Amino acid sequence: MSTAPALVATQASIRETRIHLLELGRTHPRVILAGSLVLLLFLIALLAPFISPHDPIAVNADNAYLPPLSPSHLLGTDELGRDLFSRVLWGARVSLPVAFVAVAVGLVAGGVIGLISGYFGGVIDLLLMRLVDALLAFPALILAIAIVAALGPDLRNAMIAIGIVAIPVYARLVRALVLQLKQVEFIAATRSLGATPLRLIVRHMIPNLLNPIIVQVSLSAGFAILAEATLSFLGLGAQVPTPDWGQMINSGATFLANDPWLAIVPGAAISVTVFSFNLLGDSLRDALDPRLRS
Amino acid sequence: MTTYVLRRLVLMVPVAFLVTIGVFMLIHLTPGDPALILLGEDRSPQAIAAIHQQLGLDKPLYVQYVIWLGHIVHGDLGRSITTHQPVTTAISERLPATLELGAVALIWSLLVAIPLGTIAAVRRGSLADHLATGLAVGGVSIPNFFIGIVLIFFLSVTLRLFPFGGYVPFNQDPFENLRHVILPAIALGTAGAAINMRFTRSSMIEVLNQDYIRTARAKGAPWRRVVFIHALKNALIPVVTIVGLQIGGIIEGAVVTETVFTWPGVGRLAVESIFNRDYTVVQGIVLLAAFSYLVANLLVDLVYGWLDPRISFA
Repeated sequence: MSTAPALVATQASIRETRIHLLELGRTHPRVILAGSLVLLLFLIALLAPFISPHDPIAVNADNAYLPPLSPSHLLGTDELGRDLFSRVLWGARVSLPVAFVAVAVGLVAGGVIGLISGYFGGVIDLLLMRLVDALLAFPALILAIAIVAALGPDLRNAMIAIGIVAIPVYARLVRALVLQLKQVEFIAATRSLGATPLRLIVRHMIPNLLNPIIVQVSLSAGFAILAEATLSFLGLGAQVPTPDWGQMINSGATFLANDPWLAIVPGAAISVTVFSFNLLGDSLRDALDPRLRS
Repeated sequence: MTTYVLRRLVLMVPVAFLVTIGVFMLIHLTPGDPALILLGEDRSPQAIAAIHQQLGLDKPLYVQYVIWLGHIVHGDLGRSITTHQPVTTAISERLPATLELGAVALIWSLLVAIPLGTIAAVRRGSLADHLATGLAVGGVSIPNFFIGIVLIFFLSVTLRLFPFGGYVPFNQDPFENLRHVILPAIALGTAGAAINMRFTRSSMIEVLNQDYIRTARAKGAPWRRVVFIHALKNALIPVVTIVGLQIGGIIEGAVVTETVFTWPGVGRLAVESIFNRDYTVVQGIVLLAAFSYLVANLLVDLVYGWLDPRISFA
C-alpha cells in the first residue's frame, strides 16, 4: 500500500495549522470572545485581593444571611456573615491555580509518555500504552476520587489527582501526533542529517504539536475546574474556611429554602468559568483544525 | 469477527491486570492503618498484630496482592471494615437503585439529544442550531450537582412538585418511585444529553450530505421521511458508541448525583465509605467502575462493527 497521499495530506495539514493570532481573531470572533472571558477570569483571580470589598473569611455573625443587593454586600452574606461577592472573587484564586497545576501535571507527564511512546515505538510503546490504557480504564472522576481518598482529602491532593487523570489524554494525543509527524518528509530529512532524537523532538516535533495541544489544554482546564469543584463539593477538595466554589455550594445547599443565592451564586461562577474554557477549546478547535475549517 | 473478538479479549487481559494492580496499590498507599479503624479504643500492640494477621496485612505486599486477586477472581471483594458485610452484598444491594437512576437519566438524555440534534443539523446555521449548540456547551459546563440543587430549589422547594430526595422502591409504590427518580435523573443525564446532541448533530450533518439522501429526495420521498427514516437510522450509529460509554460510566456520575439527592445507590455508598475510611468497599466500587467501563468499551467496539458493516474487523 502506498503512503504517498497520506504524506502529502499530513504535510498540508501541518502547514495549514500555522495561523497567526490576528488572523484567527478576524476569521473566528468566537475565539476572541472566549479568550476575553478566560482572560477576565484570570484578571479576577489575580486582582481578587485588591477588588474584593471584604475579607472572604472574616466572620461577622451580626451580618449573617443578608440578601443580595444589601448595602455594602452586593451578593449578600452567608450563614457566618461572610461577604459572598468577596468569597466568589477569591474562589477564582482557588479554582484557576488548581486547573493550571492539574493541566500542567497531565501535559508534562502525558506529553513525555506520548513523545517517547510515539518516537521510539516497539516494546516501549507497547508497554507505555498498556499503562495508559489501564489509566483510561477508570472513569475520570472515579479515578480522581479514588486518588484523593487514598492520599487524603485536601486541595493539593485534588490537584495531583486531577492531573493524573489528565495524563492518558495527553499521552494518547501526543503519541498520535508524533506518529503522524514521523511520516513527514522534513522530519525524515532532519533525522538523515544526523539530528539527535532530543534535538529532533525539541526543535522540530514539539513546535508542530502545539496547536492540537493548545485546544486540549483549554478543554482540560474546563474539566479540571469542574472536577475540583466536584471534589470540593463532596468534601474531598478544599476544606473550610477556604473560599472554594464547590465547597461553597455544599454549605449553601443546606440553606436552600430561605437563602438560595448561597448555593446558586458559586454554582453560576463555576458554570461560567467552565463554559468559558470549553468555549475557548471548542472555538480554537474549529479555527485550528484544518478538517473543520470550512 | 471471532478472531477480532478474541484479539480484543486478549488485549484486555494485561489492561485488566494493570487495573487490579492500580486499585490494590491505591488503597495500600492510603495513610493510616485499617487495624486502628477496626479496633476503636483497644489499640494495644497485640490487638493490632492480631488484626494484621487476620487481614493478611503482615505478609509482603506482593503476597497480599496475589491473595487479594485470587479472592477477586472468585467474586470475593472482602468485607466492609465498618459494617463487616461482604462488599459484594453491600454493592449488589445498592446497585439496582443506581441502575434505575442511570437508565432514566439515559432515557432523558436521548429524549433531549436526538430531536434537538436532528433539528440543529437539518436547520444548520439557523437560530435553532446556534441555540442547540450553545445549550450543548452549557450542558457540559454546568456541574451536575449544581443542576440538581437548582432543580431542588425550583421544583421541590418553590413549586413542591417533586420530593427533595430519597428513594421509594418500585415494587413498593411505582408512582412515588417515578416522582423520586425524575429530578436526579435530569441532573445526571443533562451532561450526557449535551454530548449526545453534539454527536447526533454532527453525524446527521454528515449523513444528510450523502448521495443516498439526495437520491431519496430525488425519488420524491417526503423530507420528513428522508430525515427521520433514511438519515436518522444511520446518523445514530456513532451516537451508539458514546451512549455505550455513558452506560459504562454510570457509577461515575452517580457518585455526585446520589449524594445530592440522598439516593441510596453505589455512588453514595462510595462517598460514605471514603468518609468512613472503609477502604475495602471503596476498592470494590472503584474496581466495579473500572471493569464496567472496560467491558462497555469492548461491547461498544463490537456493536459498532455490527451496526456499521463498513467497519472491518480484519
